[in-house]
Amino acid sequence: MTKLPGKQMVVEALKREGVNVVFGFPGGAIIDVYDALEKDGGIKHVLVRHEQGAAHAADGFARATGKVGVCIATSGPGATNTVTGIATAYMDSIPMVVFTGQVPTSLIGNDAFQEVDIVGITRPCTKHNYLVKDVHKLPAILKEAFYIASSGRPGPVLIDLPKDIQNQVAEFDYPDKIKLRSYNPVVEPHTRQIERAFKLIERSKQPIIYAGGGVIIANAHKELRKLAESICAPVTMTLMGLGGFPGTHEQSLGMLGMHGTYCANMAMANTDLIIAVGARFDDRVTGKIEAFAPNASIIHIDIDPTSIQKNVKVDVPIVGDCRKALKKLVRTIEEDGRPQEVWREKFQPWWDQIRAWEARHPLTYKTEPGVIKPQYVIEKLYELTKGKAIITTEVGQNQMWTAQFYKFDEPRTLLTSGGLGTMGYGFPAAIGAQMAFPNKLVVDVAGDGSIQMCIQEMATAMEQKLPVKIIILNNQFLGMVRQWQELFYDRRYAATEFSVTPDFVKLAEAYGAKGFRATKPEEVEDTLKKGLATDCLTIMEFAIAREEGVFPMVPAGKATTEMLLV
Amino acid sequence: MKHTLSVLVENEPGALSRITGLFSGRGFNIESLCVAPTLDQTMSHLTLVTSGDEYIIEQIIKQLNRLVDVCKVVDVSEGEFVEREMALIKVKAEDETRAEVLRMCDIFRCKVVDVSPRTYTIEVTGPESKLKAVMELLRPIGIKEITRTGTIAIQREKKTV
Repeated sequence: MTKLPGKQMVVEALKREGVNVVFGFPGGAIIDVYDALEKDGGIKHVLVRHEQGAAHAADGFARATGKVGVCIATSGPGATNTVTGIATAYMDSIPMVVFTGQVPTSLIGNDAFQEVDIVGITRPCTKHNYLVKDVHKLPAILKEAFYIASSGRPGPVLIDLPKDIQNQVAEFDYPDKIKLRSYNPVVEPHTRQIERAFKLIERSKQPIIYAGGGVIIANAHKELRKLAESICAPVTMTLMGLGGFPGTHEQSLGMLGMHGTYCANMAMANTDLIIAVGARFDDRVTGKIEAFAPNASIIHIDIDPTSIQKNVKVDVPIVGDCRKALKKLVRTIEEDGRPQEVWREKFQPWWDQIRAWEARHPLTYKTEPGVIKPQYVIEKLYELTKGKAIITTEVGQNQMWTAQFYKFDEPRTLLTSGGLGTMGYGFPAAIGAQMAFPNKLVVDVAGDGSIQMCIQEMATAMEQKLPVKIIILNNQFLGMVRQWQELFYDRRYAATEFSVTPDFVKLAEAYGAKGFRATKPEEVEDTLKKGLATDCLTIMEFAIAREEGVFPMVPAGKATTEMLLV
Repeated sequence: MKHTLSVLVENEPGALSRITGLFSGRGFNIESLCVAPTLDQTMSHLTLVTSGDEYIIEQIIKQLNRLVDVCKVVDVSEGEFVEREMALIKVKAEDETRAEVLRMCDIFRCKVVDVSPRTYTIEVTGPESKLKAVMELLRPIGIKEITRTGTIAIQREKKTV
């Protein structure tokens, strides 16, 4: 066995965990780890311009690949700047390991320069975290961190490294495998529960599959498709679930919830059986909880027992890995032997009803001559990219229009902050995704508000020569809040109108990137074509209808059937 | 409804604040909390008294189990269990009441653990109801200070956490 200083243990552990790219920003308390990274030279480090960008980029990398994303920051402000990114990853169950520098152990608690109790601060928004006080424990902590971050319901894990620990030397005994007596996530679903679930499916006349981000995290998209096709059941997805089932599939009803399709929300309200897979009945999905799916029995598959029975009462809870559970359920259906036609016929009246809802209020928007509608931009983007791009979004209207009008057929092609709703997420996440897939087209759909929250990362993208494409839907408003003010606050636009926004084309040029602008509908396609064809960082700005809203919309606290429509 | 939970947790710095943070962050209620190491020094036993309907208690137990440092959670109040709490009560003991305080101690099988010209400090152990009864009776005499441990509990017979 070899003796190593703490800083080198970190580098060695990264290599053993297969990490080849990390995102970060140095500082006095982490300078030693940076020195070890530099000396080693085997791990690519992406220098961001703000630590929030590092956390989001690591998150985007993790979402795009399914691997653990890694970021590094220094103590104090460096550490606190990562908190929004950590909380974003926590809410969406993204595997991430965050390293922060800390003042030397002898100074902890002294209000030393750039000292902050980051372990205390991030306790409620990490899956687990560590303050390393003994270098001998560091190898095991490193192994545990990666194991905890990526197993069970994934999440971010933070390791706080005091400066003296980084330089102390100990045996580097890196375990191959780790077993923790206090942490054993259940992955194997209970067979009895699967049988009970099948009985409910058999009895149901109007079932619906409600798929969430868990399907994507568990890589269960193929199994989900099998289940849906073998029983001919409709599928609706949460924002996080988009791509978990092909959006262009005839059985897809699209997204449900606050800005979901009329059809999906009506189907949820009238179903007699919800098959929930890796979703958590969040308030943006259920609306007013008392009125949610009043006649439905519920089967709930989730790896996290706390998600089950948190917001709604569940008839058949299935704790376990979504993929394993779906496999078992599909096998049970196959063993039953009923051909697909039998199911199809059984659910035909239900499908007739669903098609009628679809026809009554399809996803749509009104066109206006001379004005660019944001939905049109997204539709054109979908056409031109043939649905093959990795799309990231910011948060707000840009995010919802993307979710509605871009059809995601593949998992891990939509990277968006669903749970926390973090403006500023999309662009750094796109950098992370582009680092993982240099040859794929990565597009961040942004608003003029949210793009400005992490716009400093343009320098990062230029430095790394990343050809990320940014689409800015510019309405000179914080559009989603404005929409709420329009609808529920008598159009009092408090603090939502921007009187100054930068010239984004010039801004792009200032960074050495390319910029294009469209102000008329007929320029949209051409602008997109030009922008998508570049080989460098590019901004495409669209001056969109200023007061366009996102519809359908379920007002907060209302039943999901009380939708405001176009 | 009141529930008494036994929680086995890694004896790590921060483990307790993860638990209290969970309760405050999710709006759960802690009535009392008592922690000490177990036979195995690497683990602590925590007795936590909380309240809520069955769904809240189910969530509390699941959320506790989700914490990486928590090894086991048992709702001991679901079965037969013994619970005890200890209080140290500093009570006024003037000439005319000194004898009365001692008589009370005798009846409730309390111990006098400290004596001064003006006060007695009494140690009382039992379920919460007994502590309450003692306090009620001593109050008219004059309680100067009370400290309580919070409840600890253990399952009856062979069962262990």
